[in-house]
Amino acid sequence: MKATVYVTIKQNVLDPQGSAVQGALHSMGFDEVGKVRIGKYLELELNTTDRAEAESRLKAMCEKLLANTVVEDYRFELEG
Amino acid sequence: MKFAVIVFPGSNCDIDCYKAVEDTIGQPVDYVWHTATDLSSYDAILVPGGFSYGDYLRCGAIARFAPVMNEVIKAAEQGKFVLGICNGFQVLTEAGLLPGALLRNNSMKFRCHSALLEVVNNNTVFTNQYSQGEIIDIPIAHGEGNYYCDDETLAQLKANNQIVFRYKAGANPNGSLEDIAGISNERGNVVGMMPHPERAVNQLLGSEDGKRMFTSILNAWREQHGAAVNG
Amino acid sequence: MAQQLTAKEPTSEQIADQRIYTQFGVTDNEYELICGFLGRKPNYTEIGVFSVMWSEHCSYKNSKPILKKFPVTGPKVLMGPGEGAGIVDIGDNQAVVFKIESHNHPSAVEPYQGAATGVGGIIRDIFSMGARPVALLNSLRFGNLENARVKYLFEHVVSGIAGYGNCIGIPTVAGEVMFDESYEGNPLVNAMCVGLIDHDKIQRGVAKGVGNPVFYVGPATGRDGIHGATFASVELSEESEEKRTAVQVGDPFMEKLVMEATLELINSGIVLGIQDMGAAGLTCSSAEMASKAGNGLELYLDEVPQREEGMTPYEMMLSESQERMLFVVEPRHEAQAKEIFDRWGIICAKVGKVTDDGRLRLFHQGEEVADMPVQALVDECPVYNKPSKEPAYYAENGAIDTAAYAEVTDLTDALKKVLASPTVASKEWVYNQYDYMVRTSTAVQPGSDAAVVTIHGTRKALAMTTDCNGRYVYLDPEVGGRIAVAEAARNIVCSGAEPLAITDNLNFGSPEKPEVFWQIEKAADGISDACRVLDTPVIGGNVSLYNENAKGAIYPTPVIGMVGLVHDVDHITTQGFKSEGDVIILLGETKHELGGSELQYVMQGKSEGRPPQIELATEKKLLSGVLEAIQQGLVASAHDLSEGGLAVALAESCISGKLGADVNVTTSLRADAALFSESQSRILLSAKPEQAAKLTALLTEKGVPNAEIGVVRGSALTLNINGKPGITAPVEQLEKVWKDAIPCLMK
Repeated sequence: MKATVYVTIKQNVLDPQGSAVQGALHSMGFDEVGKVRIGKYLELELNTTDRAEAESRLKAMCEKLLANTVVEDYRFELEG
Repeated sequence: MKFAVIVFPGSNCDIDCYKAVEDTIGQPVDYVWHTATDLSSYDAILVPGGFSYGDYLRCGAIARFAPVMNEVIKAAEQGKFVLGICNGFQVLTEAGLLPGALLRNNSMKFRCHSALLEVVNNNTVFTNQYSQGEIIDIPIAHGEGNYYCDDETLAQLKANNQIVFRYKAGANPNGSLEDIAGISNERGNVVGMMPHPERAVNQLLGSEDGKRMFTSILNAWREQHGAAVNG
Repeated sequence: MAQQLTAKEPTSEQIADQRIYTQFGVTDNEYELICGFLGRKPNYTEIGVFSVMWSEHCSYKNSKPILKKFPVTGPKVLMGPGEGAGIVDIGDNQAVVFKIESHNHPSAVEPYQGAATGVGGIIRDIFSMGARPVALLNSLRFGNLENARVKYLFEHVVSGIAGYGNCIGIPTVAGEVMFDESYEGNPLVNAMCVGLIDHDKIQRGVAKGVGNPVFYVGPATGRDGIHGATFASVELSEESEEKRTAVQVGDPFMEKLVMEATLELINSGIVLGIQDMGAAGLTCSSAEMASKAGNGLELYLDEVPQREEGMTPYEMMLSESQERMLFVVEPRHEAQAKEIFDRWGIICAKVGKVTDDGRLRLFHQGEEVADMPVQALVDECPVYNKPSKEPAYYAENGAIDTAAYAEVTDLTDALKKVLASPTVASKEWVYNQYDYMVRTSTAVQPGSDAAVVTIHGTRKALAMTTDCNGRYVYLDPEVGGRIAVAEAARNIVCSGAEPLAITDNLNFGSPEKPEVFWQIEKAADGISDACRVLDTPVIGGNVSLYNENAKGAIYPTPVIGMVGLVHDVDHITTQGFKSEGDVIILLGETKHELGGSELQYVMQGKSEGRPPQIELATEKKLLSGVLEAIQQGLVASAHDLSEGGLAVALAESCISGKLGADVNVTTSLRADAALFSESQSRILLSAKPEQAAKLTALLTEKGVPNAEIGVVRGSALTLNINGKPGITAPVEQLEKVWKDAIPCLMK
């Protein structure tokens, strides 16, 4: 099974990278750009066929390691 | 008094911490490998700066799962002194020994220079040789030192006097919340800070204001173990 | 011998018939020679291996006749050019190891990774000698900082250097950055590393002992950077942007582990030979190690750790994946070596063995896929004596009289303009991104004439600097070459150190152009002269040719990296004025020399005429006089006069010391020339009033022209010429102009 995990800075936490990219886009004339948030995208290959188990273990991976829940949110998708 | 300097793959201020203990207070000190599973013989544990595990994924995120961290947590629970500097601070927040998190500097750049700090709480085992409100010169060198916590945590930090150092007003180098440069846990035996006291122990290298952090630690330990030390 | 390994690769016949070798930069004549050495036509792997070994980057085929000019020996030189880095004795069984290397072309294409891997490569050169790296420096050149692409390159090169050096934990303590249109599209990124070693730990890259195993350590090999050495030996073109596969990605965390494990391995005393895999990766390291031992080598390519599937021998041999090393131990020490790397979590694979047949033989999937004589690969590349011709511009510039320029009358405004010129302006924006303090040894931080790094457990310290003014070298390569060495030495002496030796990075345009080759020859003559007179032999270096952009060759830029020894930390001297009332003394003679000056660039928008002249005997007297005065404790501050001349030196001493100065210069020159001339062999000192007489007496005795020109006082720089007002400005204002210039441009 293939999992994709998205980790982003929480909405209420400042994202300096996002702000910098927003500024750059504006200076290039892309004025329509509103808020920019930058996050991480992870691809994981999972050796399991049990979808429910995969979900609960992915949640644990995110909580324990992949995201710092003090400042980051996460979500994931499972394929296959 | 015996010190441990934890060495993760990618730690690079381990040697500086080791030398600082030797040069300032001359107490026994060992490098302790990230795989160690026993810290019982140490009284103080220094978690040094650097780029543990390359700081890949997130600063301190991988180091937090090194075997030695269970022992660091145990030592903290036992009331031993734990000091995390720079990457060490990031590791301690990831490990849940200290509240909050360290974000990218608001300048988006790594910053290395001397920094003026205000000693906000001199009533800790790490700061008892400073006076309250004293301004000291301790260098910084980090890309992710922008301290953040939620409002509730901040209120707790203030209520419990857990803010140990602040950057001098108007000279916040990274955008940290309320100019926070270093904090302690509630009990006061665990401190994390972004500035590097081990780099400020020799006037030839620019400042010796960090010396008193080490003498504070020894002083506090001697007070706690007065009878044992004096026989 | 296999003629064709995979269906995709051309056969030996096709390589010959279609002259495919020319795509690798191999000439028809070189191809014939290769066929002669092999006694047959080379297959694809073999022509690939020959082409990188015979590229300029590895063979120095165009620059060998030039490099022969350099003095390379001296009583303190323990190892000269030829190994990973040169080594100089500093007493007490200790030695300093250092080298500079360029990563210009990779940085032009992918600035972050290009610069980062440049830093990684030079660090490996140092620790593969057995030395502990203690400091990094870098010398950078970019186009005009008003240009958006230049800003992009500058920003990312600096981040790349910071990203690598900060993570691995070696302080970046010094360097220089200059900006000039000449470098547009072809920035220069030269990185230097300095290490410390005990004499008995010095390692060599030799494959000793027939039958001994050869080990590969470091991350697995991928298809990155294939043909990087060839890439470095051709001109950048429009297609270069497309050649991104030629740029490798650095992993400083991995290198930190490889470094610690390698130093532990070397300290265990079991290593017979070790070399890093730099340009041309496995090819160059294996061939050179075999050659230096007079042996041969067999490599079993199936054993090479591979990151990607289906890699061919050609790809494995030519990959420039980073952070890899090759070493040889005796069979009885195999287990011990493996244990060290296991503990650091690093792959260590036995990939070959030392043989006695003098051949490099490669095996893959049960078949011999290449068989080449080692000596032919390493030593038999033809050496070319390129034609040389004095360029027309040289004579034309001789006719330009810079004294004919209209006199600059608003001197305060001129000083501010020069201070705000990115070449002169504060580089704080750059070095604040570098961790210059890790290892807690940095006694003099970036922004000074030279950085000073203490040696733990001793009273000694090392001073280090990089220097080269490409404008001077362009206007007169021989004089410019002399000045580059002399200025480096002056910086070293101003910090209180005795100059020891240099490493050089010869950055030039295409040697195929006779005018460029003339620049190379003349600059090398100048460098050689200066090194002989100043007793600073060349212990190693790097050549980077084909630095060209659409407008032609870059300014010839032979960067000099120099290291000096501070005998006692009490001698460490900095440029900032120290106390109110100190006497300011100017050493040397000021002439009307504005050719190639910063004032000329700022006011006229060009560099023309003849550069400042230099008398090496005069320079030598100045250096020994100032060093003796410093060692006797007579000097409060010392600052070399360079770009921007006396006016800038005074401003910088004021800014660094946070003090003002009252100065009166007595001169027969025009005021603008007196203040901004870049005449050589000049230093600005300050001294306590009670020591000033003793200091000037010593200098006079040593034959150093000196004049008391003022006093450290107040908070403004007030400078009169022959009693008439010249410059007046609060130091704070000058500091603001100087410090804000680069951050403003980079916003």
